[in-house]
Amino acid sequence: MKKLYHFHGGIHPPSNKAQSTQLDIARTPLPSKLIVPLHQHAGETAKPVVHAGEHVLKGQLIGMPDGFVSSAVHAPTSGSIAAIDMQLIAHPSGLPNLCATLIPDGKDEWVERKPVADYRSHSTAELQQLLRMAGVVGLGGAAFPSDIKLRTGKQKITTLILNGAECEPYITCDDMLMRERANEIVQGSEMLRFMLDADEVLYGVEDNKPEAITALQQAITASGPALQQNKRHEVVAIPTIYPGGSAKQLIRVLTGLEVPSGKLPTDIGVQCFNVATAYTVLRAIAHGEPLLSRIVTITGNVRQARNYEALIGTPIAELVALGESLPDTNGYIMGGPMMGFPLPAMHVPMVKATNCIIATSERLFPSPPPVMPCIRCTRCVEVCPADLQPQDLYWFAQSREFGRAQAFSLFDCIECGACSYVCPSHIPLVQFYRFAKSEIRAREHDKQLADLARERHEYHELRIEREKQEKAEKLKAKEKAAQAAKLAGTEPLKPEQQAELAELEASRAHIRELAQSAVEHSKD
Amino acid sequence: MLFSPLISKSESVSVIMLKVLLALLPGIALYVWYFGPAILVSITLASLTALGTEALMLKLRNRPIAPFLKDNSALLTAWLLALSIPPLAPWWLVVVGTAFAIAIAKHLYGGLGNNLFNPAMVGYAVLIISFPAQMTQWLAPQGLVLAELSFTQQLDYIFLGILPQGLRLDALTMATPLDTLKTHLHLEDTLQQIFHMPIYGQIGGHGSEMVAWGFMFGGVYLLASRIISWHIPVAFLGTLFVIAWLFHLADPTHFVAPLFHWFSGAAILGAFFILTDPVSSPTTNKGRLIFAAGAALLTYLIRVFGGFPDGVAFATLLMNICVPLIVLYTQPKVFGKKTKGDKP
Repeated sequence: MKKLYHFHGGIHPPSNKAQSTQLDIARTPLPSKLIVPLHQHAGETAKPVVHAGEHVLKGQLIGMPDGFVSSAVHAPTSGSIAAIDMQLIAHPSGLPNLCATLIPDGKDEWVERKPVADYRSHSTAELQQLLRMAGVVGLGGAAFPSDIKLRTGKQKITTLILNGAECEPYITCDDMLMRERANEIVQGSEMLRFMLDADEVLYGVEDNKPEAITALQQAITASGPALQQNKRHEVVAIPTIYPGGSAKQLIRVLTGLEVPSGKLPTDIGVQCFNVATAYTVLRAIAHGEPLLSRIVTITGNVRQARNYEALIGTPIAELVALGESLPDTNGYIMGGPMMGFPLPAMHVPMVKATNCIIATSERLFPSPPPVMPCIRCTRCVEVCPADLQPQDLYWFAQSREFGRAQAFSLFDCIECGACSYVCPSHIPLVQFYRFAKSEIRAREHDKQLADLARERHEYHELRIEREKQEKAEKLKAKEKAAQAAKLAGTEPLKPEQQAELAELEASRAHIRELAQSAVEHSKD
Repeated sequence: MLFSPLISKSESVSVIMLKVLLALLPGIALYVWYFGPAILVSITLASLTALGTEALMLKLRNRPIAPFLKDNSALLTAWLLALSIPPLAPWWLVVVGTAFAIAIAKHLYGGLGNNLFNPAMVGYAVLIISFPAQMTQWLAPQGLVLAELSFTQQLDYIFLGILPQGLRLDALTMATPLDTLKTHLHLEDTLQQIFHMPIYGQIGGHGSEMVAWGFMFGGVYLLASRIISWHIPVAFLGTLFVIAWLFHLADPTHFVAPLFHWFSGAAILGAFFILTDPVSSPTTNKGRLIFAAGAALLTYLIRVFGGFPDGVAFATLLMNICVPLIVLYTQPKVFGKKTKGDKP
């Protein structure tokens, strides 16, 4: 048994996972249209490389990664591009984003795939580029481009962690993937381990998923020879506690290490990927398939909760229709009930980060009672996995004391929502933290703009100063000439006149000095 | 249905406060058993005054009245204050103290969650300073004095100030065990002589020690249901014990044994119900230890060397002042940070 560590706090919300694990993963029928956002990942929006009206094949590149942190986007099936325009997407902001609308032709015809037969013969850089062009991003929720996470620099990675904790209530997409496709996950994990050159691979799975744990263990045993020797793959059953699947908390539980504030896991020799990401890595490398689909849990107030393998871009409405929501359904959440958000509209498409759609009803998700003042009961402190003082952060955010909020480690908050979950005053605490964070970021942005403006102003001042200086020099030359003429023709100057001249000379020298130093200063 | 998380564990403020009120019941029951039902009259009076003042203040402050009246926090203040006032006190004493606690100590500071001081203790402090005579008319335990009032006679006294013919108040009331101890020590009596007096029971005062047991029982319930954490009661009672024990060791003839300090006055009530008020106590665990230890030290000093019969109220108020500072300097380590949180 591996020694496990503990993180502070955490909560035990009702898991509600059994509903969606009764049936195996089903494939969705081909939707009537696909709306594929070009910004589904952290970082820069992919640049569209197809035109409206163009016919595309399944797996064909439609969005080229643009910038260092960016990822590719592909056509999930064959068909024609109906439009490339701004569409409403599944984002808490409810703002539209650039999307490609694809009308499937029903043939599901693949573009030419280029599987990599022996990935070990390729350099890490080549494989990273392959993943970038295959649009592989973290499927745990943040959708961070995976190739960036594999660029670890000089830091030696000892431990690769595969996150199969899936701590949020209702969500079971990783659970079902581990149960049904454990072999692929293990092979994909070995690829990730190879690229990171890690010494060991730990699969962190919450102990409420015994089937998944067994499946992974069997897959590891079965693929024993395929895994490189002396490189340990181990499945670790971790205690079921929310937010045990948060990367920093999972690393803590498995290794006892704390990722330092403001640093990355790689800084302490650990890297963390979601199990579904490992599966996608395998599909991309061994089969040449870019990320076109993912597993989504359809659950909540539906007749039949189930996991579906759905194409990226499938409209949510068509997806939830498969689960048959009950008549009293009053909305849909994307993600889990702890960190997810209500969907702005039903025609928005699912994206790479969509792990779960929950149909809501007043019965399952009663409206919150009225908000009362904070009584400093510190239940939030007891459950905070980041050891923060949520009641103080709330106070500072509310009174807009952002400096103090930062001093009280606001940016170490992972927005898991455990504090709000236990708050007896029903205060939407996380909203206050998000507000404070965005205000601080906006101020920093403003400050950068102000700095830029000041720099411009200083250049302007400098130019004026230089012009002054040039004028002064001209004047000086003129005066010198006049003086020379005077000296040549008339009697010498009186002492007071000489003093006056000397003073004039000195003040000019001072001006020159000033201008000079300003020039040097601006060069620094 | 707007913000995540979209689920919550529903134990609201009013439920928490209600549980604290419930936890007071065993102590109150024993109070009635040993001292008669007069305390129920003051509790009722204080409750009505508290709710009335709360409603009035909410109206003046343009706040919604119903949700705040239902939060039970005003009732808790009322009960704690009523338990600190002699049961046979005139009705206006209870009303003035409670109204002051709710209007001044709670609402003028911003209402629920914003009061720097424990409102019940502010009410008590105002009363003991303004009306010291009325605040020391403690009922003697039943069976210890010759004259006893029936419930209706008690009501007559509380509301009309009328005593039965030929009876004087002195015949019904006594100084508290703590007060008696102090007075007799001044008279150079030995502790042994003093504790032979009928007012004393096994460890504290006759009757009052049992009431303290009742409050401790309720306090353990609060600990078990995780409404309060162990830090404040343990640090308060522990420190009080250690200080009393050290003095007792040094001079056993003049300094009473530590358990007496636990079971007399408001020590148990303070440890579990008063100092643990979340609003006016520190939010960090280390801060709670410092806060409670400081309160215990002050309680002992006021009791033994000060002029007031008990020290819990003033110790609480004095430590309330220190809370922001204590919290600032006891910030726990944040996940991923080597050193303790920056002190702004």
